[in-house]
Amino acid sequence: MNTVIFRTIAPLIVGTMLVFSVYICLRGHNEPGGGFIGGLIAASAIAVLGMSSGRDAARRALRFDPIAIAAAGVLLAASSGLLSLFTGSAFMTSIWLYLELGETTVPLSTPMFFDIGVYLVVLGAISAIGLGLETDDGEGL
Amino acid sequence: MEELVQTSAVATADWIVVLPLVLALIGAALALMLRNNGRVTFLLALLVVVAAIACEIGLALRIWQEGPVSMTMGNWLPPFGISFTADLFGASFALAASVVTLLVLFYAEADRSAADGRDGFHALVLLLLAGVTGSFLTGDLFNLYVWFEVMLIASFGLIVTGGSALQFDGAVKYGFLNFLATTLFLLALGLLYGTIGTLNMADIIGKAPSANPAVITAIAALLLLAFGMKAAAFPVNAWLPASYHTPPAAISALFAGLLTKVGVYAALRSLVVLLPATRDILEPVIALVAIASMILGPLGALGETHLRRAMGFFVIGGIGAAFAGIALATPGGIGGAGAYIFHSMLTMTALYLVSGMIERSTGQVDTRHMGGLYASSAPLSIMFLVLVLAVAGVPPLLGFWPKLLLIEAGVAQGGWLGTSLVVALVLNAVLTLIAGTRIWAHVFWRQTTGTGKVPAPRRGLLRYAAAAAIVGLAVAVGLWPDFLLAGARMGAADLADPARYIAAVGLAGSAP
Repeated sequence: MNTVIFRTIAPLIVGTMLVFSVYICLRGHNEPGGGFIGGLIAASAIAVLGMSSGRDAARRALRFDPIAIAAAGVLLAASSGLLSLFTGSAFMTSIWLYLELGETTVPLSTPMFFDIGVYLVVLGAISAIGLGLETDDGEGL
Repeated sequence: MEELVQTSAVATADWIVVLPLVLALIGAALALMLRNNGRVTFLLALLVVVAAIACEIGLALRIWQEGPVSMTMGNWLPPFGISFTADLFGASFALAASVVTLLVLFYAEADRSAADGRDGFHALVLLLLAGVTGSFLTGDLFNLYVWFEVMLIASFGLIVTGGSALQFDGAVKYGFLNFLATTLFLLALGLLYGTIGTLNMADIIGKAPSANPAVITAIAALLLLAFGMKAAAFPVNAWLPASYHTPPAAISALFAGLLTKVGVYAALRSLVVLLPATRDILEPVIALVAIASMILGPLGALGETHLRRAMGFFVIGGIGAAFAGIALATPGGIGGAGAYIFHSMLTMTALYLVSGMIERSTGQVDTRHMGGLYASSAPLSIMFLVLVLAVAGVPPLLGFWPKLLLIEAGVAQGGWLGTSLVVALVLNAVLTLIAGTRIWAHVFWRQTTGTGKVPAPRRGLLRYAAAAAIVGLAVAVGLWPDFLLAGARMGAADLADPARYIAAVGLAGSAP
């Protein structure tokens, strides 16, 4: 795995995958995609980074402890459901906000935040497992 | 689309059904993020559990006055949205679970050292509580499966906390069999959804009678097997004594108090309430499971010398008693099963906590190497004896009343079923008494073997206080059982005739 070609290409792949994962996460409300698959793609990107530049570099690139990222996701998802308390409806009822930005409308909603929460949970949990399995020098795979 | 969505406003007061669960879940997430600081996560966990207890008391009082409370997520209408529905049994079990968790948190704090800082113990305990609370309060079978998985993940994390080889051995047995049980549960859910097209509990009650009875019977048998494995009923009980003694005492106390009870509760709800016609067909099987668990549990404890393994066999005996209530299924029997689950949650936790203290005081895990503890620790010996008597069902302690209700129901039922269950219940009490007092005599009474010097118990006021609080609770509820008995009667009435439950969910019109 530790070839020059792979190490040169890897950052490019990682960056593309991360951007794509966000796109997949956001389009998930009405089209195929969503937080779970987005998070999986992002976690795969972290795994690729771990393979090319080592586990420690991948951990540093994440900045936060992967488990803490997963926990933040749970927190975000649960909190997004709690917001409907203030609209006099049941837990997890969606609230929509349409932002008019010039010629386009940006729909913001609590399901989106729930999905971002799921994205973070999957990213954090799978990265923690992946980085836990990867050895530091990348030769063990 | 319009007819699928609830248009009327949801009362803010209904949120009390989901709050205990949401609090525990958010608390678990926060505790996981802050896990570098054990002090902070401990205080956070205390705060969350106390808040959950407050919510559950409020919920139980409201159900007491107005009947079952329900809320369907996301303003969808019931069979489509996921309902959270609490009746008196669900709410009071959730309350007992939170109380037990609170006391175990205190006990564990005395056992934990600064070195245990980063293991995420508090986060996992809160996650376990979220799973247990969700299981007790949910009104949807698939959602119940989700909470089973949450519980499994959290308990799997807890059982390996510490990381000794023995724990991994226990964790593999525990994890594999519980995973198998949840998979069987999932299979049954797939079949049920394919057959009647709904998994909302209130909706199943209305739709199951018109489905093919052979298919429903097969599904119910699968559910019985899955929940029986979860509850460690005979003959799928082997994993419990093989794994519960491996983690630290606080964790095994939490498991003994919460996990198997969720299995029994799920069996009670799915067989008695959801598929009553099928339960009648399966009645001989359930009775056999109950009788075998009731007799083989204490017999196992009698033959066991490892202290906490023996306690595991007591848990199994208690599961048999709760299954006796499912086999009887009269309002009296259901009330007895409910009261037994409530009692078992408190006493089994206390029994494991006291066992942990005994192990600490003697430095041994095997009763053959203990002895003479009476002289050095009278309070410990009193607490242990009280708990043994409570588990056996000696009046006036807590364990007596559920057994009385069950025996009453068995006598009223009559026939071979009622008679054999009553005989088994009495035998269970006698055998538990023999096994329990034998252990007590070995640990406390017998002259110490070996060096002849028993080390003085290490002082841990927090540990004593936590265990004593549960023991005190068990004695108090035993002495003043009116509340327990009235609750059992009322909860059983709602399970025997779920009309109020269905009405609370909002499906009263669609029921045939």
